[in-house]
Amino acid sequence: MSGEVIQSLILILAALVLFASFVQISRERLLPAIHAFAWQGALVAVVTGLIAATGHVPGLYFSAALTFLLKALLIPWLLHRLVRHLKLARHREPLGHPILTVVLAVALVIFSYWLVLPIVAHSLSSTRNILAISLAVVLLGLLMMVVRSQAVAQVLGFMSMENGLFLAAVSATQGMPLVVELGVAFDVMVAAVLFGVFFLELGEGGELHNVDRLNRLDETRDGDL
Amino acid sequence: MNTAGIAFSVLQGLAYVLLAPLLLGWVGKVKATLQNRRGAGVLQPARNVYKLLGKETRVAHTASPLFRITPYVVFVATLLAAAIVPLLATNLPSAAVADIIVVAGLLGLARFFLALAGMDVGTAFGGMGASREMMVSSFAEPALLMAVFTLAWSAHSTNLAGIIDHQLSDARLLPSMLFALASLVLVAVAETGRIPVDNPSTHLELTMIHEAMILEYSGRHLALLEWAAQIRLMLYGALIANIFFPWGIATRPSLLALAMGMAAIVGKLLILGAGLALSETVAAKMRFFKTPIFLSLAFLLALIGLLSHVILESGG
Repeated sequence: MSGEVIQSLILILAALVLFASFVQISRERLLPAIHAFAWQGALVAVVTGLIAATGHVPGLYFSAALTFLLKALLIPWLLHRLVRHLKLARHREPLGHPILTVVLAVALVIFSYWLVLPIVAHSLSSTRNILAISLAVVLLGLLMMVVRSQAVAQVLGFMSMENGLFLAAVSATQGMPLVVELGVAFDVMVAAVLFGVFFLELGEGGELHNVDRLNRLDETRDGDL
Repeated sequence: MNTAGIAFSVLQGLAYVLLAPLLLGWVGKVKATLQNRRGAGVLQPARNVYKLLGKETRVAHTASPLFRITPYVVFVATLLAAAIVPLLATNLPSAAVADIIVVAGLLGLARFFLALAGMDVGTAFGGMGASREMMVSSFAEPALLMAVFTLAWSAHSTNLAGIIDHQLSDARLLPSMLFALASLVLVAVAETGRIPVDNPSTHLELTMIHEAMILEYSGRHLALLEWAAQIRLMLYGALIANIFFPWGIATRPSLLALAMGMAAIVGKLLILGAGLALSETVAAKMRFFKTPIFLSLAFLLALIGLLSHVILESGG
């Protein structure tokens, strides 16, 4: 494949990463959102592999493989199991204001583009344009944690923020040092496992799925608030 | 050159009029084959139109003159819109007079009259169909225009011939094109009244949109309205085929190039029609109130296409 084809392929994959973020935010059910997250992880891994191929950075192949294993297979599988265990697979959580959320998400994308403009102007890397996309993915993950009250969905938002950070590192500076990357990867792993244990414990107790109910003591009734 | 160009434009308009029933017949035939039926022949929609043209035309006595002129307005507006969309060749005078926003406007005019006529007789179904059609189009048109803006931004022209020439000269795989294509396909499915938005082959009263509006028509009026719907399907097919896969279209007005363009567009429409039949076989019609979700997905895709053009491609 010629360099130009790979370049345009990277751009397309980056745009699809952004689309996966939008899908995660707007899906009502958890399982499709987890699938979108898995696809996002796989896309980020492929982008990393392609950047490794064009920039001749063999270390990035390792990162790509790690990303694929962790974020496209392992963490989605863990979350999947969690959702099935908590019997949330058929649970739907309608967004309060679906259109408003999407408009807000688009505004965040434009904001991150505007924010990144000066950096893009000074950078020489051929993948510098992806920086805005990765910042947008981070902000969209944050937005997802704000608008969704489902605990598992908030974890998804957190994980997809990490996807965005990783994409930014890969596209702007040809990847982080391997030690840092391994550290972050295992942090995310541990976070996923901890979230899993935490939710399972809480789930035994009863009403967990809605985070909005967690800021209320058991003793208080609905009328007391 | 100029008289030849005009002649070719007329030829292209005729091609739309004559090939549109065949395209619908092809879709029906493929669909029947996929569902293990023998199905009617490819010529069946053309035969239907021919038969209806010879039948007596009855008009309800509560109908106003608007009801009578609507079939002609709809047919002429759709045909005019189709003549603007390049089918066989790009540099024709008919494409130069107007751009794609005019196409959207003409289709909107046809839809406006159809909805008025649906309400004109005063039956419940007509009004219901009209209100549904207006709801679908109010969601579909922004998505269509957003996809058009994405294309126009990269081609620096809203003229269809200009966009196709740009695609021919500078064919690259771009994210914005991909998203615009996906969005335009969804809009086309909604605007031509196919599954999952509307079911063209049923008169089941609770699900129909287009059929509900033309329920009171008969004879040549009905023939013209059905023919216009077929032309609209072909218009969207040609739009998608020639904007995103423009290879083979004639760029010079010569007979040989035109024959090549004809073969190319027939091949492309056969593939698109088979794809439509396949998607209609695997998908079920969705609830009407799910339609806004379907079309806001189309809008979102077009918007991401526009954003990715700005973010990813302009600085490049």
